[in-house]
Amino acid sequence: MLKRRIIPCLDIRNGRTVKGVNFVGLKDAGDPVELAKLYASRGADELVFLDITATIENRHTLISLVERIAAEINIPFTVGGGINSLEDVGHLLKAGADKITINSAAVRRPELITEIAGEFGSQCVVVAIDTDLINNDWVVVVDGGRTPVKLRTIDWAIKVEKLGAGEILLTSMKHDGTKKGFSLEITAEVSRHVNIPVIASGGAGKKEHFRDLFFNTSCSAALAASIFHFGEVDIKELKEYLFNEQTAVRL
Amino acid sequence: MIAIIKYNAGNIRSVQNAVTRLGYQSVITDDWEEILKADKVILPGVGEAGSAMKYLREKELDKLIVSLKQPVLGICLGLQLMCRYSEEGDTQCMKIFDSDVSLFPRVDKVPHMGWNNFFSLKGELFNGVSARDNVYYVHSYYPEISSCTIAVCDYILPFSAGMKKDNFYATQFHPEKSALVGEQILKNFLEL
Repeated sequence: MLKRRIIPCLDIRNGRTVKGVNFVGLKDAGDPVELAKLYASRGADELVFLDITATIENRHTLISLVERIAAEINIPFTVGGGINSLEDVGHLLKAGADKITINSAAVRRPELITEIAGEFGSQCVVVAIDTDLINNDWVVVVDGGRTPVKLRTIDWAIKVEKLGAGEILLTSMKHDGTKKGFSLEITAEVSRHVNIPVIASGGAGKKEHFRDLFFNTSCSAALAASIFHFGEVDIKELKEYLFNEQTAVRL
Repeated sequence: MIAIIKYNAGNIRSVQNAVTRLGYQSVITDDWEEILKADKVILPGVGEAGSAMKYLREKELDKLIVSLKQPVLGICLGLQLMCRYSEEGDTQCMKIFDSDVSLFPRVDKVPHMGWNNFFSLKGELFNGVSARDNVYYVHSYYPEISSCTIAVCDYILPFSAGMKKDNFYATQFHPEKSALVGEQILKNFLEL
């Protein structure tokens, strides 16, 4: 049986790991490679690295970090942040990333999804969708959650699948950083409407939240950051807990 | 020396990293001489079957691969290229294994992406590995079960997770991305 995945996310700034609460107020949580190795050894199924500064100047820092990660890590990993072109994608994949994730750039220019999928395959294209509940409607937001765009989340999810996305990383900005649980509503709805894997993100605060997510939605994976970085939830214990709660996970 | 065949597919670097972690020297190459004299040969691959076969044919690497006598390991697309025929791009493949490759019916999420287990494990490639273990898959096309099948995975339908004929071995999953279980399988191959 295909397993539900647990994916720690490492936010990267200048080659170091950080995690913001609602993307404001950053705290240093260590060396990305060391942290990645620790997570892999505790049973993380995949890793996501997001370069939150993503300027031209630190592009080289990111590439050499990706090369170090690829040399040391034996599970798949995704890299995102500031990807605007096929060339950016090519550099990251060549450095050893298994997948890349694009967000605002895909909203601005949806054809980018098709171009990347055509050149490198759908399997490496993770389209990140940040969503928020505005006037009782789940809509897409960009620029780290600051700017709503006139796009319903469900419509955009269906469209990115058609354009060639291999996976959707869905973050509820309303829940992100709250530690009060994932958004079951929008995660279930998006998972129902697309035929590609959906990774749920935003709101994980304790083990039970992961159980509730997997019980109530058909999403393929759960992503979290700070609860793992600060040791509030241990990945191995989380997966043993989920296994005992009848969730299919890799132990 | 391990030769990792260079062609227009992604993921080659990951395979080399995994081989390096196991303490083996390797070279990424499309040079006939280098491939012929290697102790083991790996045909990796993430990509599209039609364009990959076209590239191999242009360099006549398809003829070279089928003639190799040392152990050869195909990974993911590498496995599919070693089959008879792939529905992807209506592609005639190398016909080492007596299986065809078809697109998964879309009754569940496609691609089959993530960790899944396997069963009916046969042979030395799976020494120290059990049906309870999970490995990492990413694919939309599946190789059917045939006389060459040495491991079965069930997603949407049962398909070949591992194949073997003579000195040719192949896995539909990615051992280089499958944590300790994958390392064990790669190690088994490299120690053949």
